Amino acid sequence: MNRHAIQRLGFGLLGFVALVVVIPIVLIIALIVVRGAGAISWEFLTTMPYDGMKAGGIFPAIVGTLLLTMGTAVVSIPIGVGGAIYLSEYAKDTWLTRAIRLALVNLSGVPSVVYGLFGLGLFVLFLRMGTSILAGSLTLAIMTLPVIISTSEEALRAVPMEFRTVSASLGGTRWQGIRHVVLPQATSGIITGILLGLLRAGGETAPILFTVAAFYLPKLPTSPLDPVMALPYHLYVVSTQVPGMPPQMQYGTALVLLVLVLSMNVVSSLIRSYFRRRRQW
Amino acid sequence: MVTHDPASEALSALQHPVKIRTENVNLFYGDVHALKDVTIDVPLHAVTVFFGPAGGGKTTMLRLINRLNDLVDNIRMSGHIWVDGDDIYAPGTQVAALRRRIGMVFALPLPLPGTIRSNVVYGPKLAGIRQASRLDELVESSLRQAALWDEVKDRLDTPANQLSGGQQQRLCIARSLALEPEILLLDEPTSGLDPVSTAKVEASLLELKKRYTIIIVPHNVQQGARIADYAGFFLMGELIEKGDGREVFNRPQNSHTEDYVTGRFG
Repeated sequence: MNRHAIQRLGFGLLGFVALVVVIPIVLIIALIVVRGAGAISWEFLTTMPYDGMKAGGIFPAIVGTLLLTMGTAVVSIPIGVGGAIYLSEYAKDTWLTRAIRLALVNLSGVPSVVYGLFGLGLFVLFLRMGTSILAGSLTLAIMTLPVIISTSEEALRAVPMEFRTVSASLGGTRWQGIRHVVLPQATSGIITGILLGLLRAGGETAPILFTVAAFYLPKLPTSPLDPVMALPYHLYVVSTQVPGMPPQMQYGTALVLLVLVLSMNVVSSLIRSYFRRRRQW
Repeated sequence: MVTHDPASEALSALQHPVKIRTENVNLFYGDVHALKDVTIDVPLHAVTVFFGPAGGGKTTMLRLINRLNDLVDNIRMSGHIWVDGDDIYAPGTQVAALRRRIGMVFALPLPLPGTIRSNVVYGPKLAGIRQASRLDELVESSLRQAALWDEVKDRLDTPANQLSGGQQQRLCIARSLALEPEILLLDEPTSGLDPVSTAKVEASLLELKKRYTIIIVPHNVQQGARIADYAGFFLMGELIEKGDGREVFNRPQNSHTEDYVTGRFG
């Protein structure tokens, strides 16, 4: 076999492997679209469910997921980005920072149901928040933090040291250099991290199972201490807990969740490419 | 404090008061002894050249004068550095304010992200200058001093990284000048430049020394000899020889210096 044949074989193999990755995604999306598209209507998206969820829409679940994602963002973005800035720009290599890093690595490996139980113990019961948007958002935020911190820290470290040196040489304080030179160049990476984390939070079921999600609650919340329905949990419920559920509505719910997550993904890559164009080195 | 050595005598011959004085400066990077007992007086409004083979401590010495080595971990320093008689390593020194008085230009030009204008006004803005007319004034005057104004005056708001290498380096010089510093530290500022740009930068240095105290690490011996009013030869962390620029380059006293300036090593 000559080297050109080997090269063709190599490319062929690599192409096949790439295809293997893509095929399941395409199949999942196709299946959900084909079976669920029929359920999508203005009514389905904007009305309350009734008749034990077997009829009506999924409006409260959509609202609930959006509220939970926003609540998660409000808590996890400032803490996450702040923590990343501290670790990347200020922290010296001590036993404390090594412990923090170790904790982050371990936290990102914790199964999501464990976060759910932790949220139940700490927020719902001990802090007496009850099953509420607040408790759910906080639980999701804790789950999201390691993702945001580690991706943001990586983005900050990718900015060459020389930029900090130049800023300092021009009379900038450490914070001024971070604020005006380092952060703008790390923005695209930080936003990627934030959205990755939030996307995961928006699609999770286990952490909200005990902390916020209502099984069947055909009304909108009026305070952060109210429980809400949420799309992932609603999907779980209508898929497994409701006998006689029309399959079209199950797939319709899945489709809405999928579109919500994918559209956030698209928005995130648009934001990312906007900031990447402004970056230079 | 004040030591009477040949260097001081050379200085008095130059009729320049002392701007920067270092005394027994030692520096360790981890276990590496990078500077050994460096004692030197740098005259006001003159060009002082720090030269010698790579790894001799020239750049390290420059970075001590504006305390940039503060940013590096795992460093130990002893000795004293005075600027205008103030010990800049004394506790309570305002480091950012000190660095505003001491501009620095690095071997590799590194424009900050943004436009030509935003690069020049970066320092002044951080220093609290807000007035647009004052900032415009600084942009023009510092770009003129760096011999860049005529080439960029019509495109101040284009990205700085679109400039050529030589223009970027002059932009970096202008960026330092915009703070109206008293001292300019230049670390091989022409190493990436073609001969024409190098000549422009050298010409502007000769102009600048009327108002600034300049320390430069030249990118070769010839450049050092061309511009030195005063010179120090660094070898393996030691300041081997110092004195009037013409003397050091033409009639070196130390055999190592002589070997180096005549091209026998380094």
